Amino acid sequence: MKADPRGVLTGTHFIDGDHACCEGALAAGARFAAGYPITPSTEIVERFASRVPTVGGTFIQMEDELAASITLQGAVWGGAKAFTVTSGPGFSLMMEHIGYAAMTETPCVFVDVQRGGPSTGLPTLPAQADMMQARWGSHGDYEIIALCPNSPQECFDLTIKAFNFAEEFRVPVMFMMDEVVGHMTEKVVIPPADQIEVFPRKHTHKSVEDYLPYGTNGDQVPEMAHAGEGYNFHVTGLTHDERGYPNMTPPVQDKLVRRLQNKIRDAADRISLFEEDQLEGADVVVVSYGITSRVAQRAIEAARESGLHVGKLRLITAWPFPEKKIRELAAKVKSFVVPELNLGQMVREVERAAAGKARTFAVSHAGGGVHRPEDILKVIVEASRCQTA
Amino acid sequence: MQLTEIRVAGFGGQGVILSAILLGKAASIYQGAYATMTQNFGPEARGGACSAQLILSDSPVLYPYVTSPDIMVVMSQEAYVRFAPELKDGGTLIVEQDLVRVSDTNTNKNIQVYSIPATRIAEELGKRMILNSVMVGFFTAVTHLLDADAVRKAVADSVPKSFLDLNLKAFERGLEFGAIALTAPPSAADAELLLEYSPE
Repeated sequence: MKADPRGVLTGTHFIDGDHACCEGALAAGARFAAGYPITPSTEIVERFASRVPTVGGTFIQMEDELAASITLQGAVWGGAKAFTVTSGPGFSLMMEHIGYAAMTETPCVFVDVQRGGPSTGLPTLPAQADMMQARWGSHGDYEIIALCPNSPQECFDLTIKAFNFAEEFRVPVMFMMDEVVGHMTEKVVIPPADQIEVFPRKHTHKSVEDYLPYGTNGDQVPEMAHAGEGYNFHVTGLTHDERGYPNMTPPVQDKLVRRLQNKIRDAADRISLFEEDQLEGADVVVVSYGITSRVAQRAIEAARESGLHVGKLRLITAWPFPEKKIRELAAKVKSFVVPELNLGQMVREVERAAAGKARTFAVSHAGGGVHRPEDILKVIVEASRCQTA
Repeated sequence: MQLTEIRVAGFGGQGVILSAILLGKAASIYQGAYATMTQNFGPEARGGACSAQLILSDSPVLYPYVTSPDIMVVMSQEAYVRFAPELKDGGTLIVEQDLVRVSDTNTNKNIQVYSIPATRIAEELGKRMILNSVMVGFFTAVTHLLDADAVRKAVADSVPKSFLDLNLKAFERGLEFGAIALTAPPSAADAELLLEYSPE
């Protein structure tokens, strides 16, 4: 399905990542946002609040993040595409409702413009330290999808992708920006609406009599009906059967929770987006994402100039983690270098997937700025000298 | 265009950020180059220290921050004291001459200094707020980094419609002032004369 032209600000713009994210949401068809504005994400909802009335939608500034993160889900069940926007402290408060979205299979997008933490931390300065929280923050077993843009252009492009994944898999998608990408201004090209592919709501074609809210038709993702359309309608965070009614027995739990997991895991190859460069013949592969991928590029180029064989793997999708790709590479390369603006999060995934076949080196940073390229270069040099595991 | 690092600094309300946006837009949208602009976010509003970092290049910009600026535009003494020392050897310093007293300490770095009373010119044109358009015009003339037409277009599509003519006039005035400054880099006394010069 093509994008609704009313939401598409076709043209060439010089805007920051926050504004580009908002335009991506509008282009993807988002017509509802609820938020409790927080630096450095505020500009997204600020723009949405002024733009969305012109295309026929609603923004509600809520009393807190708990309210924001559940209100948007009400809007989704009412038929809208919806999202919320926050940063670390607010993201923490939203965890309960991220689990609710996963359990009720509510397609929606949570944007987290990461800043330094823990707690209130560094409101105006960057970090990438919510990556594990995005994956594991809510209780219970579930899968989500998380994307990491590294430029304002990607804030636009990938926000559309985030909404598309949310609709296709009926899953909450975490849009993991960082303060630098959010506040960085660059050229953003917004194509005409007829060049933007939008995944429509998986709405049921069944009759009221035949429809089962959580009945699957072989593809693991149930079809939706919206409130007020005449379909039997029950949405609960309790373990539920195909009718959507609570059924708290081990067999129903097993079937439901495994399906919630498998609908993502079985499609992981398709969801896992990455950018690779010179992996063939590489001794060292630098794995990075978000703003750090751009900083690391300088170190990679310097290392190559000094004769080292350095490949690049940029994670566009952080979750599901591209473990197959890392496993394949681990069999061929000496080592991985993982710079990130935290004290070691995605590096653990790299290490796990490498399973001892290649060494893994973290380049940690507590946040508040970006790495100095020379600090990454130093570790690349060290990693190139290490003995194969 | 070679990778060029620029810092624009002053106090909030002078249009520091908009100046950087105008230059970045001119480069990336109207001149086919790449531009990345970041701004220092703090709790300040009007009157607080304010600074923008702009990187221009023919190839995509990776590292988003200025490390050793080639060009610096300073519009307040505070910004001058804080940022001028980081200017690269052989760099270009552009100052709001009524608000910045340039010390001699920079001279050993072979820095080219260009001064303009942008605020006074803006006031003469009728609105102090347009001093950034004056500054951007001056920048365009003295650095030769961007096509005047590209910057003119960026100014035209970035300012409120009701102030379009005024901003364009301010831009042209800055451009003219810069052209004169180039032929004879002005001393403080010369600058006074330049201010009185009117091409009309």
